[in-house]
Amino acid sequence: MKVLVPVKRVIDYNVKVRVKADQSGVDLANVKMSMNPFDEIAVEEAIRLKEGGKATEIVAVSIGVKQSQETLRTALAMGADRAILIEAAETVDTDIEPLAVAKLLAKVVEEEQPGLVLMGKQAIDNDMNATGQMLSAILGWAQATFASKVEIGEGEAIVTREVDGGMQTIKVKTPAIVTVDLRLNEPRYASLPNIMKAKKKPLDTKTPADYGVDVAPRLQIVKVVEPASRKAGVKVGSVAELVDKLKNEAGVI
Amino acid sequence: MAVLLLAEIDAGALSDATHKAMTAAKAMGGDVHVLCAGDGCQSAAAEAAKIEGVSKSFCASDPAHGAKLAEPIAKLIVEKSGDYEHLVAAATASGKNIMARVAGLLDVMIISDITGVESSDTFERPIYAGNAMATVKTTDAKKVITVRTASFAAAGEQAPAPVEEIGGAGDDGLSAFVSEQKSESDRPQLTSAKVVISGGRAMGSADNFALIDKVADKLGAAVGASRAAVDSGYAPNDYQVGQTGKVVAPDLYIAVGISGAIQHLAGMKDSKVIVAINKDEEAPIFQVADYGLVADLFDAVPELEQELAKVKG
Repeated sequence: MKVLVPVKRVIDYNVKVRVKADQSGVDLANVKMSMNPFDEIAVEEAIRLKEGGKATEIVAVSIGVKQSQETLRTALAMGADRAILIEAAETVDTDIEPLAVAKLLAKVVEEEQPGLVLMGKQAIDNDMNATGQMLSAILGWAQATFASKVEIGEGEAIVTREVDGGMQTIKVKTPAIVTVDLRLNEPRYASLPNIMKAKKKPLDTKTPADYGVDVAPRLQIVKVVEPASRKAGVKVGSVAELVDKLKNEAGVI
Repeated sequence: MAVLLLAEIDAGALSDATHKAMTAAKAMGGDVHVLCAGDGCQSAAAEAAKIEGVSKSFCASDPAHGAKLAEPIAKLIVEKSGDYEHLVAAATASGKNIMARVAGLLDVMIISDITGVESSDTFERPIYAGNAMATVKTTDAKKVITVRTASFAAAGEQAPAPVEEIGGAGDDGLSAFVSEQKSESDRPQLTSAKVVISGGRAMGSADNFALIDKVADKLGAAVGASRAAVDSGYAPNDYQVGQTGKVVAPDLYIAVGISGAIQHLAGMKDSKVIVAINKDEEAPIFQVADYGLVADLFDAVPELEQELAKVKG
């Protein structure tokens, strides 16, 4: 079974986000970019499926600026076999919307015919939590979102999902889309020899026009601003003082 | 044009996430119809008919809807979508799962997790884990939206609107329910509790969470945890408050032994009153806390329980 793993290049998890003065977006010039953390978990899961004999080939795909090939090289260094870059944006400030990404991925799925698509549940930049569900919708496939455990069977996958109030286990017909949550696994670091080897693995470059997909955005950014900040309050000297203030000053107990 | 609001139903009962999403739905303009999809949804539909502003409540009962699987419910919503400009749900786990599929089926861009309604086509939503707030205007004729419930007050009550039984989507054989493991608790739900007390990595063990539980019992509070505490195995994953967990906005939020990573703040900074108990006086949590207590939690939390016993009896 072939596994397709879409990966997104996003602002690094540890970088403090700064809103641009002209309110057009977030400042991405000269900041560290990395693979979306949820996508790293998806890559790791695909590698484990291959190590466990369930997957035969792992194809990583990324949609965005040219530099997304660095993200693909990371996936290759972790253990993906080959990569496809769809260059859809000229500058890092252009975020290709989940709907357009899902349409491009649907075309890649048609070409590659994977048995499973493993992807992050959301990207930590636009926080939409949508691409996997949209891809399932377009393909007419089953979706198992927010996975914390994945077992592959014959023509089906058993997936445990993180839902409100606990866990839900479902069975989906494959091929299917699985979007992964934080606790599915702990992604590995790529070793130096594997990073060197990854440079020789195949990486194809395409454009949205190759697939006949329009990536024009449906949402217009009116403005992006800093969130309302909270002011620090007072320090209290004792638990008794805290309880007194909560009761008599704040009136919340 | 009207708004179709997908009700959030838990074990057959209407969740108050629906009442909060209703407040957002009303602001979009037009009549609001509520869709209750479940395996037996009559009582939820009757409850939904009583939410202030609802002009019709649909009950779509079908065994395929029982586990809130996305495939049948998204199909049902798309079948009903012709009469509506806005298709709305609370941004719960099932709301996010279902509505993005609806948007994909309808070829429109979803607007997830909105925190404000500016007009019928313009909405505010957090991006970058709440470190920036984006206002977006959609060019799609049909709007598919999920609502961050912590940002909206619950709608009130009214004399019941009519309830209409409609057919379900049926089982398309794509997905099936196997089992569920619900966290058993007599405490209120994290996302709707008036008081939340959360523990962080400094709790040190799962057993030590009993200290938090005792205070929660005194306050009738829900118990939460930081991601660090969940990752360390001190608390179950559905306790997690933060960017990748639950977003809460109670009247009182008590953070115990939580340093205040951006990840966590994104999930609780809209709380009305925030209390932080931490022995590190430099901890970032104090920058957002209304009341800070620099103390060892293993002294302060049992003392808090005793002090609360005095005032609460």
